[in-house]
Amino acid sequence: MPLIAIVILALGTYAIRLTGPLLAGRVEFSARAKRVLTVSATILLAALAVTTAVFTGEQFAGWARPAGVTVGVLLALRRAPLVVVVLAAAGTAAGLRALGVA
Amino acid sequence: MLLAAAVLDGISFGAVAVGYGLPVWVPVVMTLLVFAGGSQLLLVGLVGAGASPAMAVAAGLLVNLRHLPFGLAVSDLIGKRLAARLVGTHLMVDESVAFALATEDRNKARASYWTVGVGMFFAWTLGVVIGALAGRAVGDVRAFGVDAAFPAVLFALVLPALKDRNTLAAVLLGCALALAMTTVLPAGVPVLVALLGLVVLAVRRSERAVCP
Repeated sequence: MPLIAIVILALGTYAIRLTGPLLAGRVEFSARAKRVLTVSATILLAALAVTTAVFTGEQFAGWARPAGVTVGVLLALRRAPLVVVVLAAAGTAAGLRALGVA
Repeated sequence: MLLAAAVLDGISFGAVAVGYGLPVWVPVVMTLLVFAGGSQLLLVGLVGAGASPAMAVAAGLLVNLRHLPFGLAVSDLIGKRLAARLVGTHLMVDESVAFALATEDRNKARASYWTVGVGMFFAWTLGVVIGALAGRAVGDVRAFGVDAAFPAVLFALVLPALKDRNTLAAVLLGCALALAMTTVLPAGVPVLVALLGLVVLAVRRSERAVCP
């Protein structure tokens, strides 16, 4: 991870955060624009979740990872606390690997 | 509760970052400087999957664009003094904004914004340090299934937003496109392709316009 990537993300993010207060009172965002931005963020994060659940780069990640993720997702859907989701997902994948499932 | 979840989020982010072969200081410095979890996960996840850093940074900034309307909404809570403004701006995260906007009284809202923002900053950083050190101590994080915890945490993060039907439809379409493209396109691009799921919003809107 190049340091420059972190610095650019940090500066860009700070600039985005600063823009709101600087523009306040002069510009009004439409409800629709706000919504598109929020949904975009949700889509990007969900797509990252789904693709990293199944692939490492362009290669299939093996069965242990998607199996663990599925267990975690099912628990999250049942409103389990995040601790439980994390431990169950990791535990399932680790258990399967210990049994020899890649 | 909120802060406990933040520590845990931080631990998994720190451990996963180290699991991708990054040195311990990378996730920690990133948290101090960027302090926007979604974009940090995106940057580490995409670069770890082999995407170009430039594309990963672009995706991270895109995720953080939502802070623009946030800033408009909470600008009067941050205060006018330069120091307050510089620090308060950095504390603008989903949680601090959500708590402040949920509070009617302006003075109480200001207190929530700052308390939650500062709390999240320390909770997240603490978690990331613990996670990164633990990840390094463990060595092969795969054996402990940390790579499976990462997508699960991301999913838990977006789950509340999926209650909205249109968001859910857009996310499903986007994810299907991203998955279909993963073996075809270079790493990192499929996640951006998922944004095509936004067309769902446009279609739903025109449907409403036709039959209100």
